[in-house]
Amino acid sequence: MLSKLIKIIFIGLCAWTNTAPVYADNPFILLQSTTSTRNSGLYDYLLPIYTNLSGVDIRVVAVGTGQALRNARNGDADVLLVHAKSAEEKFVADGFGVERFDLMYNDFVIIGPGSDPAGVRGLELATAALETIAHAGATFVSRGDDSGTHKKELELWGGTTVEVDSVSGTWYLETGSGMGATLNIATGKDAYTLTDRATWISFQNKQSFEILVEGDPLLFNQYGVIMVNPERHTHVKADLGQAFIDWLLSPAGQNAIATFRVDGQQLFYPNAKR
Amino acid sequence: MSDFTTAFTSAIGLIAGFDTSLIEIIGLSLRVSLSAVIIGTIIGLPLGAAIAVGRFPGRELLIIVVNAFMGLPPVVVGLIVYLQLSKSGPFGWLQILYTPTAMIIAQMILVTPIVIALTRQFIEDANADYDEALRSLGVHGWAKLVTLITEVRYSLVTVVLAAFGRAIAEVGAVIIVGGNINHVTRVMTTSITLETSKGNLGLALALGVVLMLLALAVNAVAATVRRFAPKAAYA
Repeated sequence: MLSKLIKIIFIGLCAWTNTAPVYADNPFILLQSTTSTRNSGLYDYLLPIYTNLSGVDIRVVAVGTGQALRNARNGDADVLLVHAKSAEEKFVADGFGVERFDLMYNDFVIIGPGSDPAGVRGLELATAALETIAHAGATFVSRGDDSGTHKKELELWGGTTVEVDSVSGTWYLETGSGMGATLNIATGKDAYTLTDRATWISFQNKQSFEILVEGDPLLFNQYGVIMVNPERHTHVKADLGQAFIDWLLSPAGQNAIATFRVDGQQLFYPNAKR
Repeated sequence: MSDFTTAFTSAIGLIAGFDTSLIEIIGLSLRVSLSAVIIGTIIGLPLGAAIAVGRFPGRELLIIVVNAFMGLPPVVVGLIVYLQLSKSGPFGWLQILYTPTAMIIAQMILVTPIVIALTRQFIEDANADYDEALRSLGVHGWAKLVTLITEVRYSLVTVVLAAFGRAIAEVGAVIIVGGNINHVTRVMTTSITLETSKGNLGLALALGVVLMLLALAVNAVAATVRRFAPKAAYA
């Protein structure tokens, strides 16, 4: 009687503290991901399709690419979906990932107030636009958080004569925050910033802000998918993770990515090479 | 001001609409924070009482440290708990990172110093007031401690409410150790952070109003208990 009671209490405690409220029974994998794919609503569209198909839940932890890579390095993920190709290749080369696959792409854009005080609207080269902003002394807001977007932004500044480190805190402001928080700061300070197009289109606090510079090939934004190496971290759910990656790269998964729309606009373009 | 009026109206709409995902998020918030506060109270109350009446070397230093720990930054606690529960950390084998359990642990670490420090203060004050009387009645040891705790029991309700306020309002720790996973570890504060980052400021503010109403409801329940408990006890 007493042991039965203890058992009931124990099960109750487990149920109270540990289980997920909805997906209690399904097997799941942990996906460390960039924020743009979550904030744009891609996962809300894509993942239920896969879950219905496979019975496997995908638990998404959406953080900056730098943090996602670090968490995955620690073994706190089965699959990684980020957008910083060279950092991803290093992750695989260091033995933390099995293999990196191109998954989809979109592009980065420079946004700013519609009044465009620095006069960058329509410039074709992103580096020229940044140079113009710097010379005008107009405020530019940087992620400053080692995310994929931040890495791209620094790469672009590298192609200019501006040393952003030396002007940080003047007209160049590093927020150290996610894309959404940074966009809120940009609109609040009438500043320019670099953002991926998906986050911008789905962002709801645009005010008078517009896309001012786009279309430079340098603004290409490639997303990659990697399985965390089960030889490095033995608990990685290799079978479930590989099945998910295989689906993403298959015609069915690629087609699902292509059909995702926000306000009638396509946000991600599949380009898996298989 | 119209932003706030709109937020309040949509907050009422959210609650009245029994939006299932909102109910789920509120439920998880309460479950995590109440669990953390219950565990924190079970640990902190006896410790606070012991420090209040005990006399031992290093006591003053301990009091200073515990008081300082009331100001633990949630994001630091989140980071420390993450490093412990990470697969690369010493407790990775438990496999509780990114679960509500991890969130309860982090919030428990945040609220326990509050419970210890405030309990210690209230009981020490009561001890100063009643020490002589209890001594003359020959009450000492455990009996004395029980008497003192009984004497300050209503103040202890405030202690627990302060701990709950800390837990339900923090976002820095739970977003790191919980990961803000939809349907699994998403609570009120991480939802507000998420909606803010999406630029849905109206919805974020409405969720903030819901969170305030939740805190108000919990405090109202506590106040009711406090008001009617004595009558029941002496009836």
